[in-house]
Amino acid sequence: MKLLKAAREAIIERLIQVSGFLAVLFVILILAFLLRDALPVLKTVSLGAMLGGDRWSPSAEPPKLGLLPMLLGSLYVTFGALILAVPLGLACAVFLSEVAPPALREILKPVVELLAAVPSVIFGFLGLLLVGPWLQEVLGLPIGQFAALGSLILAFMALPTIVSVSEDALRAVPQAFRHNSLALGATEWQTIARVTFPAARSGLLAAVLLGMGRAIGETMTVLMVTGNAPVIPRGLEAFVRPVRTMTATIASEMGEVAAGSAHYHALFMIGLLLLLITLAVNLAAAAIVRRTGVVRK
Amino acid sequence: MRDHRFRTLLAQNAAFVLLWLAMLLALAPVLFIILTMLVKGLPGLSWSFLTSHEAGMLPSIVGTVLLVLLTGLITTPLGVAAAIYLSEYARPGPVSRLIRLAILNLAGVPSVVYGLFGLALFVTWLHMGRSLLAGACTLALLVLPLIISASEEALRQLPRGLREGSLALGATRLQTIRRVVLPNALPGILTGLILALGRAAGETAPILFTAAFFSLTDPFPSKLTDPIMALPYQIYVMATEIPNLPPEQKWAGALVLLVVTLGLNLGAIVIRARLRKKTRW
Amino acid sequence: MSTDIVHSEASISSGNIHLPEGPICLETRHLSMFYSSTQALFDISVSLPANQITALIGPSGCGKSSFLRCFNRMNDLIEDSRVEGQVLLDDVDINTPHTDVVELRRKVGMVFQAPNPFPMSIFDNIAYGPRLQGIRSASRLEEIVESSLRAAALWEEVKAKLHDSALALSGGQQQRMCIARALAVEPEVLLMDEPCSALDPTATFHIEELMLELKKRYTIVIVTHNMYQASRVSSHTGFFMLGELVEFDRTEVIFESPTDRRTDDYIRGRFG
Ligand SMILES: Nc1ncnc2c1ncn2[C@@H]1O[C@H](COP(=O)(O)OP(=O)(O)OP(=O)(O)O)[C@@H](O)[C@H]1O
Ligand SMILES: [Mg+2]
Repeated sequence: MKLLKAAREAIIERLIQVSGFLAVLFVILILAFLLRDALPVLKTVSLGAMLGGDRWSPSAEPPKLGLLPMLLGSLYVTFGALILAVPLGLACAVFLSEVAPPALREILKPVVELLAAVPSVIFGFLGLLLVGPWLQEVLGLPIGQFAALGSLILAFMALPTIVSVSEDALRAVPQAFRHNSLALGATEWQTIARVTFPAARSGLLAAVLLGMGRAIGETMTVLMVTGNAPVIPRGLEAFVRPVRTMTATIASEMGEVAAGSAHYHALFMIGLLLLLITLAVNLAAAAIVRRTGVVRK
Repeated sequence: MRDHRFRTLLAQNAAFVLLWLAMLLALAPVLFIILTMLVKGLPGLSWSFLTSHEAGMLPSIVGTVLLVLLTGLITTPLGVAAAIYLSEYARPGPVSRLIRLAILNLAGVPSVVYGLFGLALFVTWLHMGRSLLAGACTLALLVLPLIISASEEALRQLPRGLREGSLALGATRLQTIRRVVLPNALPGILTGLILALGRAAGETAPILFTAAFFSLTDPFPSKLTDPIMALPYQIYVMATEIPNLPPEQKWAGALVLLVVTLGLNLGAIVIRARLRKKTRW
Repeated sequence: MSTDIVHSEASISSGNIHLPEGPICLETRHLSMFYSSTQALFDISVSLPANQITALIGPSGCGKSSFLRCFNRMNDLIEDSRVEGQVLLDDVDINTPHTDVVELRRKVGMVFQAPNPFPMSIFDNIAYGPRLQGIRSASRLEEIVESSLRAAALWEEVKAKLHDSALALSGGQQQRMCIARALAVEPEVLLMDEPCSALDPTATFHIEELMLELKKRYTIVIVTHNMYQASRVSSHTGFFMLGELVEFDRTEVIFESPTDRRTDDYIRGRFG
């Protein structure tokens, strides 16, 4: 009886231990299955031809599987989003951590975080039906779906991540730094600009990286608002033209493609690249956070 | 000298005004989204719209509820067990660091990549087909890191004395976990679970090729391996593929999804606030 | 100073320790304890008398808690801690691979410095241990709860609110409830680590009364910073310093004519 109980406990504890390693297992599985369905595309085209190819027309004969339009499309949209989101996000973090009275902070922070709870299809919906057409009219554009619209919406979607992580980084700066600076006659703003902000910079960098990871991987919004034209964006005016991102390509084409075709494998290759990019971004953020000991929730 | 003093103060005021403006700008979209959706969505909302399955939302509501419940059923035991391992068993060191790194990365994997993975593993390799089951498995993976992190935090917040007290009474480690640790962490775990389910309810990309379909003739699943309609997918289809649908129906549909997801989130926030007040150690 | 230490070690093993009369309950032989690389206890050999209260005193950080926690192996819970030498409970070594730690902790109860009630009702707190042992019968549990609470001199105060949360009790009541909770599993030994340090004088008085009552049935070891408390309740006292058991003797001897100069200095308050 007692032995039975001990045996049962041992089994349960072993199961718990196995579950502990699930996260590692799943990361490996995701990589393995993406590789498995992505690599066969290299029988049709070389990796160089894919990465450097400027034409995506998978139903042509033979299929043209150049990824340059999507890679650059993702780059445009993501950097556009960061240009808007980073200054805004850092400013909000500084406001919340250094300026706002605690009571106000307790209210505002959840409100900003609520943005992260809005489904991406809702952002896309609003962009497609409301904001896009409105901007088209105001700016006199030929079409209401374009790169900058994606960037604009993505900026707000990445905002909660950036604000939340940077705020943690700022609050991790020891109070003594601020007090010393103030005691030397610095104003509050000088203290923020010259002491607190620089002291938190690696955590802030991590926040930007995580925000970037969020923006690169976002799918439904960009699928709905950026117009999905697989052309290579050139120059600044590309921001007001339709583009197509890596995520949107997968989402819009995986539905119709025949399993096992070169097109199918090419879409998995895009997914693999996307995964590798986000892994790299997240690992970099984790390394920064670990090296500098900023605690992230 | 006085001039300099004046200028630094001016700089401070200018900077603070900018910070305030930034904050307001960040808050604007939340208000904008909620107000717009209400104003545009409410007119199209009616009881028959919610409960009819020809022109209404019922099939997607049912689909999303099933999907979310099944997701929770799959992910909760795994996530809570993993959290128990991390907080009650794992020694600090390279192994637990590796696990944490894996969790962080899992949380950063784009949702469309989860969709691809679900397609490759569940739909194709495990022969689940495009189905409720495959979609729930995919979403379960997607929210797993959220559940693990939330549960681990809830476990870690419990005072050490609680565990010592139980062990000193001759409880085994597992008995301690089952009888004092888990019951007291439960509210925190529950909060995390609700947040995770809110996330699962709103995700489109992961179910795009693993579970979702759009059908007017046979919209309800009868078994786990049937495909389903789902709220976010229906919103997507209504917005992009049915141009002559009356706009108020589109907006009403989107409003339903927003209410479901924000409702779950607000619920979690309220529970958490209650908890903070109630527990004192 | 260093010669002093050598001298005192020699004197301890050569007869400074009076074997307690009556059955020996707890004993250590050449016990050393380590936290990863730092040594917290140095070669301690001592016997603690059964059915008596033994007090452990000494400056902060000298290893009293570490020593106490050797008797129910609570130190097992600390990463990289390690024990050398023997700890004997009724002549049985408790540090063998065959030792059932769960059984050991049932026999050797512990009360902690800060009261640590579980966030459940008073009844459930007390019934926690018995339930672990598989006691399900409601009437049996009620009996145990009542007798434990009576033994901990808390019954009259809480009998009307057994099913209220234990967190609503005062600090002193919580600590007595924790004692009752420890008694409910019918231990042979009760280890108490500064049980009164979080309590006011009245609550402290209650607990001391209680200890004197309990020693009829249990062997009690108490860590305390309060020298008056040690002299009031204990029959034997051990003085620790820097991980060594400097002197162990009957309490009157320790407080009136200690052999070691360091003990003398300490009880006269000559240490910081
Ligand atoms: N978990 C631990 N890890 C590492 N070292 C520890 C740990 N616990 C105690 N120590 C060290 O062991 C020594 C003895 O500590 P212990 O807690 O036994 O002292 P104490 O006599 O009970 O002190 P106090 O009167 O302050 O409670 C101290 O130097 C302490 O720093
Ligand atoms: Mg101590």
